[in-house]
Amino acid sequence: MTQVIATLGDDVSTDVIYPGRYMATVLPSETPQYAFADDVPLNGRLKAKEIEPGSVIVAGKNFGCGSSREQACSCLKGYELTIVAKGFARIFLQNSINLGLKLVTVPDVVASEGDELEVTTDTAVNKTTGKSFAVVPLPKARQAIVDAGGLIAYTRKRVLEAAGKA
Amino acid sequence: MGMTVVEKILARATGRDALRAGDVVEPAVDLAMSHENAALVINQWNEVFEGTGLPPRLWDPSKIAIVFDHRVPAESSKTASNQKKVREFVAKHGITRFHDIRGDEGGICHQILPENGYVRPGSVVVGTDSHTTSHGALNAFAFGIGATEMASVWALGRVLNVEVPQTIKVVVDGRFAPSVGPKDLILHLVGLLTAEGANFRVIEFHGGTIRAMSTSGRLVLCNMSVEAGATSGVVPGDEETVRYLRHVAGIRYLFTLVTPDEDAVYEREIRIDASSLAPQVACPHTVDNVKPVDAVLGTRVHQIVVGSCTNGRLDDIEAAARILRGRKLARGTRMLVFPASARIFQEALDKGYVLDLMKAGAVVMNSGCGPCLGIHEGALGDGEVALSTTNRNFKGRMGNPNAEVYLCSPEVAAASALTGVISDPRKGA
Repeated sequence: MTQVIATLGDDVSTDVIYPGRYMATVLPSETPQYAFADDVPLNGRLKAKEIEPGSVIVAGKNFGCGSSREQACSCLKGYELTIVAKGFARIFLQNSINLGLKLVTVPDVVASEGDELEVTTDTAVNKTTGKSFAVVPLPKARQAIVDAGGLIAYTRKRVLEAAGKA
Repeated sequence: MGMTVVEKILARATGRDALRAGDVVEPAVDLAMSHENAALVINQWNEVFEGTGLPPRLWDPSKIAIVFDHRVPAESSKTASNQKKVREFVAKHGITRFHDIRGDEGGICHQILPENGYVRPGSVVVGTDSHTTSHGALNAFAFGIGATEMASVWALGRVLNVEVPQTIKVVVDGRFAPSVGPKDLILHLVGLLTAEGANFRVIEFHGGTIRAMSTSGRLVLCNMSVEAGATSGVVPGDEETVRYLRHVAGIRYLFTLVTPDEDAVYEREIRIDASSLAPQVACPHTVDNVKPVDAVLGTRVHQIVVGSCTNGRLDDIEAAARILRGRKLARGTRMLVFPASARIFQEALDKGYVLDLMKAGAVVMNSGCGPCLGIHEGALGDGEVALSTTNRNFKGRMGNPNAEVYLCSPEVAAASALTGVISDPRKGA
């Protein structure tokens, strides 16, 4: 499913995605329960598993600004969400690539909650409204990490190469 | 074609003669800093080696720094257990740049690194904290990364696939008016650029105002550069860099200052006249919602915070103490002061600032991040308003989404503590 489950504005900070008071929880397997903890309805829908993997959150500019806390990515990754935004803050973008959270930059995206949004390599198509929007591809350097399955796998390969084992 | 400060630093860190914005490089790391989130870094670092048949190995323990500051002393058994895990790791691997909860050498990572001389001009510094941008004040290329990225650095000693960022040149001239300073300048700049205006870019600070500014003030500018989205802020090396490193950090080794080439290429240039600035306030709930203090005068304030990696240094505490000396906080307003490091706390004790603050009614807490990010202490009640010298005011930041945070300089914070409402320090409260 590629249903839009929430639409958010510009500058959604990591304090909103994963409030600081839950930062003592670090393991990726334990963070999803606190995703959008202060947005009680959204947090509740996620925790109740009312949302199917592959569902989409649509946001404005500068999504993920603020803290470098990786929990803000792992908590969303836990629900296998796709984040479509007009733009992402640098550290959040890099953390998501490293952890395998799917982010798509679509500067002109228009979608409402409940719309079906299908994303391909170069286009995002809102199947409900019939409109399509251009996708800004990831810089090549970052795509290499995505293709390797995340930064841990990518680094592991480099460690093995350095040890003459690859 | 000439290079900017960060282009020069990255060229050195990659063994190249020249490079330019957009190139993809793997710079060698000179310093890798983590705080309590080292617990997650350890977890991810172990995972890197899983299934390889190789024992987990740190590339260079002498280049790793770990500083406990976000939750000190531990607020919960969970945090205490994570801190214990990190202590054991540090002991096992011989990491000597470890700053535990101590009254002699503890403090906030972004103060501990400079004051101990860990940051070298021209070096590449990464930290698992977004305010790692601070260390550009000492002429380094310093930027925040996530815990998994740090695990990769611990294994390889390099940051992988870094795109050389473009640089925005900010030129500041003129003298600050009384009661106006670096915090007002950076709030003004963040307001001007907006929260994403410098995303993926470096801000390089120039001009007479910057040359005349102490490292303490430069740290404020670089610290909050990330609030405009910047990868880093950086100040070209100069006499003040040398003074700080030699006389405050006490380092003896040789270093080379990095300055940009005259024909360096900048994405754009912004000029600011410091003498025209009034005290600035960032209003809820974004850091770029910046207004001159006049626009918010009289706003009722319940909690004043002076401290953090932005404004918890000796000159900040001095400014607050000077305003509060011999006076009393307004009833109904509480004030929490967090010196940025144990060393600063001790200096503030020596100079009598702590007594000035306490006699006025402020509470002086141990060095650490305190209430800044709503983890540890000093949470706000529903409907309450905080006025704080910290760096973020996002919804929920101080532990309560139904509260509001305004950001300001120590002068505005202290003047407002006396009245219980946002006040103008120029009016002598």
